[in-house]
Amino acid sequence: MEKLTKRAVSINRSPMTLKERIYVPAVLAGLKITIAHFFQKKVTFQYPEVKRTFAPAFRGLHVLNRDEEGRERCTACGLCAVACPAEAITMDAAERKTGEEGLYREEKYAARYEINMLRCIFCGLCEEACPKDAIYLSETIMQPDFTRESFIYKKEDLLIPFPKKDQQA
Amino acid sequence: MTFLTIDCFFILSKLGLILAIILISFGIAAYATWGERKVAAFIQNRYGPNRAGPLGLLQPLADGLKLFMKEEIVPTFSSKALFLLAPFMFMVTALMTSAVIPWGPDIPLSNGSVFSLQVADVNIGILFIFGVVSLGVYGIMIGGWASNNKFSLLSAIRSAAQSISYELAMGISLIALLMLTSSLSLRDIAQQQHGFWSDGYFTWYFFKQPLGFLIFLTCSMAEMNRAPFDLPECDSELNMGYHLEYSSMKLGMFLFAEYINMFIGSAVMVTLYFGSYNFPGMDAVAASVNPILFSLICVAVFFIKIIGIILLIMFIRWTLPRFRYDQLMNLGWKSLVPLALINMLLTGALALLIFK
Repeated sequence: MEKLTKRAVSINRSPMTLKERIYVPAVLAGLKITIAHFFQKKVTFQYPEVKRTFAPAFRGLHVLNRDEEGRERCTACGLCAVACPAEAITMDAAERKTGEEGLYREEKYAARYEINMLRCIFCGLCEEACPKDAIYLSETIMQPDFTRESFIYKKEDLLIPFPKKDQQA
Repeated sequence: MTFLTIDCFFILSKLGLILAIILISFGIAAYATWGERKVAAFIQNRYGPNRAGPLGLLQPLADGLKLFMKEEIVPTFSSKALFLLAPFMFMVTALMTSAVIPWGPDIPLSNGSVFSLQVADVNIGILFIFGVVSLGVYGIMIGGWASNNKFSLLSAIRSAAQSISYELAMGISLIALLMLTSSLSLRDIAQQQHGFWSDGYFTWYFFKQPLGFLIFLTCSMAEMNRAPFDLPECDSELNMGYHLEYSSMKLGMFLFAEYINMFIGSAVMVTLYFGSYNFPGMDAVAASVNPILFSLICVAVFFIKIIGIILLIMFIRWTLPRFRYDQLMNLGWKSLVPLALINMLLTGALALLIFK
């Protein structure tokens, strides 16, 4: 009969021979394998002390980026929200006032920017959609919590701290 | 008055011995759970418990505490008295077997009397062990029945059938051994295996009855409900079987009694086949050290052998998959019983014709 796939393996279903029915040789062969495993290197990572490095393509929590002068890059264009297949991103736009040039790079900025991390599937499409290189997926993983509200990350949670400002503080 | 004082010493010493044996059994059983998890982990290239204390050595305490803290649930439709009785019965029968095992040679005391490291030198020690081990099935049976759960009941019936099937082969394999020992007392059997080598052959009965030992080991693993014969509690089909409805420390008792069974079973195996507390060159050691120290060395040797057997049983558990129920019965009735019978006949013929 023609085989359905190339991977089909024919199995010997003849009754067990005397050697097989005694079981003892098979048990000894099995013990040989398990005892060899007993002395092998352990594969476990001792988690809190040793952490696995993430793959370069890993997509973790989102970060709202700043430019070289520490101004927010996001202009609240909404392309990330449109691109998001899980509809996890919401934002409100606001106009930059005079005197706020040090805070926001363009004339328009996001007054409110929220990502619902329970909806987010970490696909990275927002990162690809962003024309201003404002949103990035970092290498941090989401912290567990007890309430649903805590998983809606606000702008303060997402925006990366500005290094110079941090040093002053 | 003298009679009374001797009696008091006798009772006190026996009570002390019983207490010591029970505590040691508990300790060994607790650390057998730790050892089991370590062995399983090492075989699967993992570390096993290593967070509670150094090397995870406090893990049994943590497990015990957890079980004590759990909610005690008695199912509404269960037979309450029997439901409560079953774990204790299982535990008591597991511990009772240790009464006839000689844990070491007699310690001569300064006043001329001897302190025996055996609770009771019953002259039918092996029969006593068999009787009590058979009673152990009642713990499982009652537990499975009283839970009023179909899975528990199925598992209890399986367990009873399995025990009966394997006790038969076990008994027959033991008859072959008894032909050589011509004594049912475990103390006599232990003393017959003195040293390691005498009259041009090994004294340990393993070397005279290798097939008998193999059958005995297989059957006692089936009696202890250890994998690959752990059909009474197979999680895949019966949701843990007879202790499915048990919670808190009553569940703990069942699990714990299983490890005590394993410890005592290994002790019986060592006593019968691996020379009990005897070790090669024991006469030279006995001549050079003080008798109390010598007894302690013998006890230590005994425990090392027991731990060796326990490790073997654990390795087998984590090596082999479980037997299917019909395979189990085929192995028991079609292979082990005839093998044990052949072994018995051969031993009988050899003992009659050659060794006299």
